[in-house]
Amino acid sequence: MVKPAIQTIEQRQMRFDHYYIKPGDKIAVHTRIIEGEKQRIQIFKGDVIAIKNGRNNNRTTITVRKMTSGFGVEKIIPLHSPMLEKIELINRGMVRRGKLYYQRKRKGNSAKIKPKNIW
Amino acid sequence: MVAGLIGKKVGMTQIFNEQGRVVPVTVIEAGPCYIVQKKESEKDGYNAVQIGFGKKERHMTKPELGHFKASAQGVFRRLKEFRVSEEELKSHTLGEEISVSIFTAGEKVKVTGRTKGRGFAGVMKRWNFSGGRSTHGSKFHRGTGSIGQCVNPGKVWKNKKMPGHYGNEQVTVKGLEIVRVSPEQNILMVKGAVPGAPGGLVYIKK
Repeated sequence: MVKPAIQTIEQRQMRFDHYYIKPGDKIAVHTRIIEGEKQRIQIFKGDVIAIKNGRNNNRTTITVRKMTSGFGVEKIIPLHSPMLEKIELINRGMVRRGKLYYQRKRKGNSAKIKPKNIW
Repeated sequence: MVAGLIGKKVGMTQIFNEQGRVVPVTVIEAGPCYIVQKKESEKDGYNAVQIGFGKKERHMTKPELGHFKASAQGVFRRLKEFRVSEEELKSHTLGEEISVSIFTAGEKVKVTGRTKGRGFAGVMKRWNFSGGRSTHGSKFHRGTGSIGQCVNPGKVWKNKKMPGHYGNEQVTVKGLEIVRVSPEQNILMVKGAVPGAPGGLVYIKK
């Protein structure tokens, strides 16, 4: 049971612009990065392979995986972080599971998630 | 200004700070507390204010009720004294409200609470012994093991780590940073963990 006082604190910190993200989605995450005085935006493009820590609080994280020169790279991104500029949805994937950890064992063509043909 | 407050631990969560980083916080519902008694050095030998927290109506004896009469703020469940200097004592009045606004974000505080009681605990839980393996013919699982040598010294050393009562003791955590103060809800957010279970009594001191 979540206590009301904690719930209000968490809900006040939530962002409601990324609720549509699902496992299997191909997305581009735009993160604000502060380097000393300067600020820039880093883009990380990959597949969502997991959503963790529940969806009704500010602790939700997504795991985004991509292949970089033959190596798998995963980034865990707090979905409600104020440092997220935006998340671009490139396409939805044809997946049957909530956690796509089987992707870690796959290489080459079989590591591709089939896009869903909805648009 | 009184340098402390009585509160109730609500639980833990995490928040994003100004830099966009995640900070683990303990939410404490602290105050409002009221000054119940002033201790003066001439009369009591030291200067302090006694503050009360949490309303209580029932099961009070007459002498207990009499103690709260002078402050005229009702009857409290919890009382705690905080030392103040002589000039500070003069600036306070009986029945005065003390709220979380005495704290500011970024300040370091000490938080005292009573840890969760674990009852009679074995050495693995109480002293972090590693224990033995469970299978493959092992006959040594969670036991204490050897507690000493033989004829020399011929005794078990004092303070040897052994099973026994664990938890349910007062613990103070020093140097916790205050992350956020919200006086409207009487809520304090402190970085990191605080002793005790949610709902437990805590003392916050500067």
